[in-house]
Amino acid sequence: MELQLTLRKRFGSFTLEMDHRFRGERFGIFGRSGSGKSTLAGLVAGLLQPDSGLIRLDGETLFSSAERINLSPERRRIGIVFQHPTLFPHLTVEGNLRYGLKRCAPVHRTIDFKTIVEILQIGHLLERGVENLSGGEKQRVAIGRAVLANPRLLIMDEPLSALDDTLRFQIIPYLRSVSERFGIPYLFVSHSLIEMRLMTDRVIAVEGGRITDDATADRLARHLMGTSMTGYINILHLGPCRAVDGLHACRWGDGELLISAGCNGEATTFELSSKDIILFKKHPEAISARNLLPCTVVDTFASGTRTGVELAWGSARLVAEVVHQAAAELEIAPGSPVFAAIKASAFRKLY
Amino acid sequence: MTTLSPADYDAIRLSLKVALTATICSLPAGFAVAYAVTYLRFRGKVVLDVLVNLPLTLPPVVVGYLLLLILGRNGWIGRLLEHAGIRIVFTWRAAVIASAVVGFPLMVRAIRIGMESIDGRLIQASRTLGARWYDTLFTVILPLSIRGLIAGSSLMFARSLGEFGATIIVAGDIPGVTQTIPLAIYDYASSPTSESMALSLCIVSVTISVVVLFFHEILGRRLAWRE
Repeated sequence: MELQLTLRKRFGSFTLEMDHRFRGERFGIFGRSGSGKSTLAGLVAGLLQPDSGLIRLDGETLFSSAERINLSPERRRIGIVFQHPTLFPHLTVEGNLRYGLKRCAPVHRTIDFKTIVEILQIGHLLERGVENLSGGEKQRVAIGRAVLANPRLLIMDEPLSALDDTLRFQIIPYLRSVSERFGIPYLFVSHSLIEMRLMTDRVIAVEGGRITDDATADRLARHLMGTSMTGYINILHLGPCRAVDGLHACRWGDGELLISAGCNGEATTFELSSKDIILFKKHPEAISARNLLPCTVVDTFASGTRTGVELAWGSARLVAEVVHQAAAELEIAPGSPVFAAIKASAFRKLY
Repeated sequence: MTTLSPADYDAIRLSLKVALTATICSLPAGFAVAYAVTYLRFRGKVVLDVLVNLPLTLPPVVVGYLLLLILGRNGWIGRLLEHAGIRIVFTWRAAVIASAVVGFPLMVRAIRIGMESIDGRLIQASRTLGARWYDTLFTVILPLSIRGLIAGSSLMFARSLGEFGATIIVAGDIPGVTQTIPLAIYDYASSPTSESMALSLCIVSVTISVVVLFFHEILGRRLAWRE
């Protein structure tokens, strides 16, 4: 997918202005509320009109103030999933799902109704009205409805923000499998860095209506580590685990990590903050933290008042953070050995 | 209390016929105007708004007189219709038009309130799912305005039953032809001997209104439960 945006839009004292070319499949627009990211989503989908500029998607002009082109939303074939699932209250779940499918020209129909229902696990809901679905079910139906319209681009505007934390991460695998299975490129709009890391390859950061950064989600997370309350979040895809002394030993890379809760025997994704990793220069004889990993420093980077330390433990990678002075005392430099201590309770299950 | 005379039955039948016809005929226009003022942006929207609401503030007698000027033999519409062999003034059709014009603002208001309560993102969602504006109009806006349509229709129907001022001027007070319940009551009330006759028609009038309002409430509640 190639999306070219050169546009300007004013709302009172707020001006959105950008010139950017997206190339790839999984894009993120990251920013705080009021930064203009949802406005940007509306402009691309055709729900809002720029004051001036050009929007091109895969060579087709969707909007051009110079050529006086402004395709209406239904002709852009861009699907959108909003923060609050806006399902039609007068239709059943199936009626909602088929709304876009019915209006899609037969030549564009490549997505099968049954497959989507299976992937999203909403088969038992089809006959139901939409009002008495749970938040997560509603959002899954909304995703299915948007995808079944066979869009050439899917915009997800804070699709997980209205859901609570547990549910939020349960939806992510659905989102990923839907877009991977059918190869639909997407723009993922969110204020959550961790969602960006899980959902996107490349992210633009938006602030005050302007693009302030353009990087991979991981790179962006490193830039923001020093100013973030939660530090840099390591995302660990752990393999199957077994019970050991009231803890769980989960496979990670070439070794095992001891984790206090959240495993159910299968492969799971966990998060671990860079703030929860303590570094030692030499092996501490005895320590309460259950994980003590002999690592090698791969790289360091500065972010605000902190030094980020990228560690290698066998083939696995972790990012820890220390203040600059601690980095100096530990004599941290690429290649130097350190011991990383992590409490078994510091890991939090994502999905 | 006396029973109703054959002329009273005529008045009741005529009232119901006029109110029903006025309501049914106004419904599409009421929906269209409510849609226009709620969703469209165009020049002269304020003018349309004022025009639609004007009968609400004008004395019905004034509305009736203006209608008489327009629809009468020398009025610009009346003359056209005369050529086509259609007479409006002093027929039951005039009573329908008078009722429709006077009740129209109430109907539009009720439908509009219903439309304004529709979540705008539902409309946006339907557009991004490939629906053209008219498709959205019929598959999203219309079904979701159903409560407003019922409220508007009930109001218009009830208002038509009570229409007096405009009707008496443009349709006259001809028993069996244009004499609706309010006009019949007015006739009875003007003669000193028919007080009880007036009262029985009043009771009929109250009964019909209560039934209409009940219908409105119950239907509204059932739809609210479904939503």
